[in-house]
Amino acid sequence: MRGIACLRHDRAGGALPTVSGRHGNTGEGHRMAAPAPILRMSGIGKQFPGVKALDRVDFRLLPGEVHALMGENGAGKSTLIKVLTGVHDIDAGEIELEGRRVAFSSPLAAQQAGISTVYQEVNLCANLSVAENIFIGREPRRFGRIQWKTMRRRAVEILSRLDLDLDVSAPLASYSLAIQQMVAIARAVDIDAKVLILDEPTSSLDADEVAQLFRVMRRLKEQGIAILFVSHFLDQIYEISDRMTILRNGALVGEYRTSELSQVELVGKMIGRELADLEKLEARPSALEAAPLVEAEQLGRSGAIEPFTLTIHEGEVVGLAGLLGSGRTEIARLLFGADHAGTGSLKIGGEQVNLRTPRSAVSRNLAFCSENRRAEGLIPDLTVRENIILALQAVRGWTRPIPRRKQDELVDKYITALNIRPANPEQLVRNLSGGNQQKVLLARWLILEPRLLILDEPTRGIDVGAKAEIQRLVAELSDGGMAVLFISAELEEVLRLSHKVGVLRDRRLVAELDNDEGLTTDALTETIASGARS
Amino acid sequence: MNRILKHRLFWPVVVLVALLLLNLVFTDGFFRIQMKEGHLYGSLIDIFRFGAPLILVATGMTLVIATSGIDLSVGSVVAIAGALACMQISDLSDQNSVTGVLSAVGIALVLSVVLGLWNGFLVAGIGIQPIIATLILMVAGRGLAQLITDGQITTVQSSSYKLIGGGYWLTLPFGIIIVAVVLALTAFLTRRLALGLLIESVGGNAEASRLAGISARGVLIMVYAFCGLCAGIAGLMISSNVSSADGNNAGLWIELDAILAVVIGGTPLSGGRFSLSGTVLGALIIQTLTTTIYSIGVPPETTLLFKALVVTIVCLIQSPAFRSKVFHRRRRPVAASAAPEEKVRVSA
Amino acid sequence: MTSITGLLDRRRTIPQKYIPVLVTAGLFVAMFVTGGIRYENFATGQIILNVFIDNAFLLVVAVGMTFVILTGGIDLSVGSVVALATMLSASLLKDGWPAYAVMVLVLVIGGVLGLAMGAIIHYFEIQPFIVTLAGMFLARGLCYTISTESIPIDNPTFTDIAQTRVNLGGDLSVSPSAVIAVVVVVIAAYVLHYTRLGRNVYATGGSEQSALLMGLPVARTKIAVYTISGFCSALGGLLFAFYSLSGYGLSAVGMELDAIAAVVIGGTLLTGGSGFLIGTVLGVLVLGLIQTIISFEGTLSSWWTRIFIGMLLFVFILLQRVFSGGSRRRTP
Repeated sequence: MRGIACLRHDRAGGALPTVSGRHGNTGEGHRMAAPAPILRMSGIGKQFPGVKALDRVDFRLLPGEVHALMGENGAGKSTLIKVLTGVHDIDAGEIELEGRRVAFSSPLAAQQAGISTVYQEVNLCANLSVAENIFIGREPRRFGRIQWKTMRRRAVEILSRLDLDLDVSAPLASYSLAIQQMVAIARAVDIDAKVLILDEPTSSLDADEVAQLFRVMRRLKEQGIAILFVSHFLDQIYEISDRMTILRNGALVGEYRTSELSQVELVGKMIGRELADLEKLEARPSALEAAPLVEAEQLGRSGAIEPFTLTIHEGEVVGLAGLLGSGRTEIARLLFGADHAGTGSLKIGGEQVNLRTPRSAVSRNLAFCSENRRAEGLIPDLTVRENIILALQAVRGWTRPIPRRKQDELVDKYITALNIRPANPEQLVRNLSGGNQQKVLLARWLILEPRLLILDEPTRGIDVGAKAEIQRLVAELSDGGMAVLFISAELEEVLRLSHKVGVLRDRRLVAELDNDEGLTTDALTETIASGARS
Repeated sequence: MNRILKHRLFWPVVVLVALLLLNLVFTDGFFRIQMKEGHLYGSLIDIFRFGAPLILVATGMTLVIATSGIDLSVGSVVAIAGALACMQISDLSDQNSVTGVLSAVGIALVLSVVLGLWNGFLVAGIGIQPIIATLILMVAGRGLAQLITDGQITTVQSSSYKLIGGGYWLTLPFGIIIVAVVLALTAFLTRRLALGLLIESVGGNAEASRLAGISARGVLIMVYAFCGLCAGIAGLMISSNVSSADGNNAGLWIELDAILAVVIGGTPLSGGRFSLSGTVLGALIIQTLTTTIYSIGVPPETTLLFKALVVTIVCLIQSPAFRSKVFHRRRRPVAASAAPEEKVRVSA
Repeated sequence: MTSITGLLDRRRTIPQKYIPVLVTAGLFVAMFVTGGIRYENFATGQIILNVFIDNAFLLVVAVGMTFVILTGGIDLSVGSVVALATMLSASLLKDGWPAYAVMVLVLVIGGVLGLAMGAIIHYFEIQPFIVTLAGMFLARGLCYTISTESIPIDNPTFTDIAQTRVNLGGDLSVSPSAVIAVVVVVIAAYVLHYTRLGRNVYATGGSEQSALLMGLPVARTKIAVYTISGFCSALGGLLFAFYSLSGYGLSAVGMELDAIAAVVIGGTLLTGGSGFLIGTVLGVLVLGLIQTIISFEGTLSSWWTRIFIGMLLFVFILLQRVFSGGSRRRTP
């Protein structure tokens, strides 16, 4: 076992300069005006059955930079990362690492050559301790016996270099996702990474955690590590990245210095059309004289959300703003009966209700699109048609099937209305892109013509075009009289759509603000930060 | 052609046809079906007749597996149902009394459903992993069956009871008719009504199904109860065929055969999509295999060896990983010999 | 905030992973004490040693099963492999093979069978349940091809081992089989805790995908656990042959269930990645003690054993559910 591991390492190591050589390079890099790229990919082509995923893409990564890889979903970002890390072979082109041509047969081979990847879903073993997760596969041993003490001590050292102070013998599962990601980074760095790929690491982090991650990234940058960063959050890109490469439809759009490209230009280049599309939605009128639809009175659940009072009127869009974990999703789940409320009362349409299950909420015409599409939304192995009619069928019960013709009618209607691609109702949902999956989920609920539609992060992780479509849809639905509870981490989006914004902080609804002329993202940010009731 | 090749029942059908052809070569008149005294006879009929309990159990198992569960307890339920029915009948003053037998059968089936509900309660109510939840009844159930018969093999002399597993009706063995009815009922519930969609949805993603307003718990409990019912009917059939109840051996390992039948029929153990016709094919393959071994004169001791061989081959050719590896190697002639080697190792 | 919840969680999780084992240990003690109060001559050290002696083979088999279950797999073939081992030993000894050559051969065959199953499971991505089920048929089928009758063993080496008692001082003694079983347990515990193979077993069980991406030899680990299980089953078969001094194709029917039950009662999660070998030992001891108590009770029929084991399984699974219920929820 040991012999094979060494052999592999030698093979990978043999193709690379020694560690001291690398530091020398970095030093040179700082002195030179334009440092030699540590990684150069040129003319990369990759074909999947029926799709040209990458077409003659060039990509350079300099030592000591944070480089953002930008593009809509389906632009080829993931494919580029996958061919780089040896998950897929390339059909054309070549990859050079530190001036030597390389081709990795597996993520492991890439990792041993110094290219480590930290994914959005942390790829560590949560059942093992923090220390083990950093060292597994290369535990310090004496005569084949794992030296637990040494391992723990060294783990503490490594983490302290990233300003992390953790109990390294606790199971990784006992820490938040952010910490888990940083442990993954610590592991990667300690394995001697020259190139660190962070694939959407911030999607589920709150602001503090993002700040901590960025601190770690800056520290690594100083050490000369090249970081490839993927994120959907433009603000984050502008905060942390030095340069960016933009892809569209599998082809290279260009390579830019972040400081020289405005956000509007960036979005334009990503989607190939002007940002105006996004801005078209008008500011929502603030006052509404409609009947209250949902009245939550001191509704709460211990450990999830402090008792809150919230009224949603018919045709009203209520936005919820707050950091991740501030209780946004928890409010949605209580209103939908996904969790039991421990305290308080809930009225729907004036009638006192006790929602025990989502089923009872659905039968009262509430709908809920979870933020977690894969785990809590779609059934990946069923077709688009089946996924769309699922909730309606659930309401009718299994004894009253929806006639096939009716199904096709409904499904076709919503595939067209929501512009779901591919427009094939018998396609398995797992094969759809994120944005289209989100639309399928929306269609499932829209068929029911709900009175209240709860959207939890409906635009997260989907491309800019689909995002605009969904925003427009929300506005239309509300104009048509549907109440919407809109949850999003993007304050602009919340502001653009909502009549009223509930602000959450630390599992408490701290403020309810009318969305009039005076309300700005800055004001929202301030409320979230201060937690003051205005 | 390509569509036929890619159809998920293609390989099971090929295996079944191959087995039947083997019989055609080795056994004279294998495909001959005769009418004797108003009853149909023949090897093909026998395959259906002896395979009836397995098809029944496998039908229930298919639905359970489609919810990404598994029911290990069906063998025990088979034994319990048979034991209870036989005990009831042996207590009757007139063992041939139709009402007496019917009530015995009814009680046995009700208990089977209750046992299924128990499994469903553990899985859906308490949230225990199906394999462990049903392991409880699998282990305890044989004890219960022996408890019912007091450890004895209980025999009955009831012609009414004998009908279920050994009798004929409308020229056909009664067991085949029962199977046909149960299958038709299952197909109606799942495919004509929407139960199938809900089962596949729960099996594909239970939490998402719950949030879509499906009572995942209700679906699960119903499916386990149905599986218990199927096992109960199979238990009656088996004990009626031999007019006795053996708590220890009745339906021994039938859960494994049933799971095999489901898997051979193309329903993945991970749940989601299921195929009832595939399951019937799978069960028929297993039964035909047993019949074939006898008919081509292989010593019965090697039945299990052949079963292992066929199961492995069927599972291998259905495995995408295996196919792609073998396919891959064919393109590169250097490693072409590697594929057969794997097969040899399996059978050795 | 993160650090606070982290702290709170930690305080709950550290003891939590030991709770199932502690509960099993507590149950064992409680059963032993109850037995001691209820029956004469029960509360002696020899009773516990007898449990070891009578269940040495099960213990060894359950050790192998623990490895497999820790990776999230399952091995249904163990009972058949035990029977095959007794059958092979008996028939080869009858043909005049030297005892030690027989032992080595049997162990090798068990290991190779496990290796083959592991390779099929990993490389062809077929569920372990199905592959080991085929393995179960295969091994049982091989037994019957050797003979459908029971073959007695009269080889002097085997009979010596069967009759020898290792004196532990006082009135206490154990069979060599029990000693072998304990040695196997100690080696296995060392492997699981102090070697890379052991840690890879836990990592694979925790998340196979992650283990692959972390560069761990998942293929080797998975194949290794089935090989270990095959080897342990063969060794268990040898111990069973020492114990019964015969080879019989129908022996150890359903032993895979006892082994799985022991592992589960010992607190190992069937989903993999969590559990301890000491738990498995306690699980086997609890199962053995139930049988002892039923034999002391005298009036209880043998089928009560099964019912009790079933009830115990239920209680333990319920307990695990209660203790792990809180942490399961927190998946983000």
